Amino acid sequence: MATFEPVLSKYFNTPNSWTLDQYRSRGGYYGYETAKRAITQFEPKALTEEVKKSNLRGRGGAGFPTGMKWTFLPENGKPRYLAVNADESEPGTFKDRAIMGRDPHQLIEAIICSCWAIQSNNAYIFIRGEFVFEAKRLQAAIDECYRAGILGQDVLGLGKFKLDVTVIRGAGAYICGEETGLLSAAEGCRAYPKVKPPFPAVEGYFRNPTIINNVETIACVLHIVARGWEWFKKIGPESGPGPKLFGISGHVKKPGLYEAPLGVTLRSLIYDYAGGPIGEIKGIIPGGSSMPIMTPDQLDVPADYDSIKAAGSFLGSAGLIVFNKDTCIVNALLNLARFYHHESCGQCTPCREGLGWLEKLCHRIEFGHGHDGDVDLMNEVSVMIKGRTICFLADSLIMPVQSYIQKFRPEFEYHIIHKKCMTGTKAGEFAPLEGAALARA
Amino acid sequence: MTTTTTTLKPETIEAIKALTKRFPKPEGALLTAFRMAEREVGFIDAHVCEQVAEAIGMPPAKAWGTLSFYTTFRKDTDGKYIVWVCATLPCALRGAENVFDHISQRLGLKKDETSPDKLFTLKKAECLGSCGTAPCMQVNDDYYENLTFEKIDQIVEDLRAGKSPARHVTTA
Repeated sequence: MATFEPVLSKYFNTPNSWTLDQYRSRGGYYGYETAKRAITQFEPKALTEEVKKSNLRGRGGAGFPTGMKWTFLPENGKPRYLAVNADESEPGTFKDRAIMGRDPHQLIEAIICSCWAIQSNNAYIFIRGEFVFEAKRLQAAIDECYRAGILGQDVLGLGKFKLDVTVIRGAGAYICGEETGLLSAAEGCRAYPKVKPPFPAVEGYFRNPTIINNVETIACVLHIVARGWEWFKKIGPESGPGPKLFGISGHVKKPGLYEAPLGVTLRSLIYDYAGGPIGEIKGIIPGGSSMPIMTPDQLDVPADYDSIKAAGSFLGSAGLIVFNKDTCIVNALLNLARFYHHESCGQCTPCREGLGWLEKLCHRIEFGHGHDGDVDLMNEVSVMIKGRTICFLADSLIMPVQSYIQKFRPEFEYHIIHKKCMTGTKAGEFAPLEGAALARA
Repeated sequence: MTTTTTTLKPETIEAIKALTKRFPKPEGALLTAFRMAEREVGFIDAHVCEQVAEAIGMPPAKAWGTLSFYTTFRKDTDGKYIVWVCATLPCALRGAENVFDHISQRLGLKKDETSPDKLFTLKKAECLGSCGTAPCMQVNDDYYENLTFEKIDQIVEDLRAGKSPARHVTTA
């Protein structure tokens, strides 16, 4: 493991890291010094240009170049908004939560820089309802900023612009993490995604130009402004560089959140950071549960946007889920099918109905009622769903369905023929973890 | 959902009206206004929803349409403590099903049931975003992570005794 000094998570374990006093005592780039420099030394367009040159790509899942997104804003005199996507709900992902809970001022300073660049006077942070603790920390930090004159009518007392930051809490809907679903929720509606185009940058929050970025993406902006795009671009591959928070969960010895440069191999993440797998690795989901599964022969693929894509999956939100060889792949797929079916907003028929069919098919295969031809039927259904919906939610199940079948087809067939799991586990159950505290009573 | 006759305090109505100014249109305040009403009343039903809609200046039917989409606003039929046990894949791989069975047995409740004394409601949650500290559960506002049977027993015991359990926080 090459030595890499954490950037985003550097102060996560510092006592009182969430307070303004501690944030100011850090010196250097922190304490709103970077925001001051951004506002006084950069014209907004020049600042956008800095972000563009850094090649920063979105950390939420799609990996779209952030600077480029910012340049899509039209010059039409309408108010502009920044929506920070903190509705972290993709299974396997738990990174934004740490930024907001442990270092909220880092995010607020980054929001000031970003709002100056895109010339927005209002930022909304949409945080999932379950994160009560994180929402409180964030709100407390925002309140501190208002009292200190950092936010409000005159940002940092520089006489340049006004900025209000408002936290909106969701209430238990995965679909709020889809950018237009998020806007619908923030408009006081059911979180229905909207048809694109128009893209939110052109017509977003209440039909005004809106930039929607993930928490971690925005946090990166602070460090790009602080240390320059050249520095940022040197971390990892040039086409999608930067420090990255990797969440590693499932069958590893030390699950948790680790910061590493993009381009670190999956092997290094699992063995050097997460202490190695528990048992023998069967599959790795590289970027949150919706991404196609990878196999142990792909462990040396670097974890960056382009390399993972070339290996047939996506980096997504960089939440790694590791399966060991005792994991019944049909049961894993059933769990995900239940999740995505449950979280479908219900707008589009292929998603609302189709994901339910897939769940039922998985269920009957797992529980020994599968029919000959069910695997092909699942493939067929998935082909009919893919790309036929407003948003990406349905595709988020289709990718696992197709990749699990492609890579582990014999396990599905075994279930249908022998009416039991190839791994020897009971239908609907996962193998107990060796040495885990939760052996079945 | 039954309908009560709870009337929101005037200061809550005023706070909701003030909040609407932070948004391009007043409706933007709806989710936050629901939270304010929920904090005061303890739940949201049709009557509370109507008052929130009126304070914002939007049709009550539209507010109800929004409310009914979301799963975590409290209902008047819920117990004092809503226990959400995460059941999604990363937790499931590390024994979430055992956590659920254990707590189900301790509370004497099945999924979506509320105890007769209205102290506990047991639910299964979809990914709580705590996969690195799985298995996990949420009781009202608080997360409990890296669960073991001993921890679960202690948490249930503390809640029954009206004490605030240790949170076992590792990620935040």
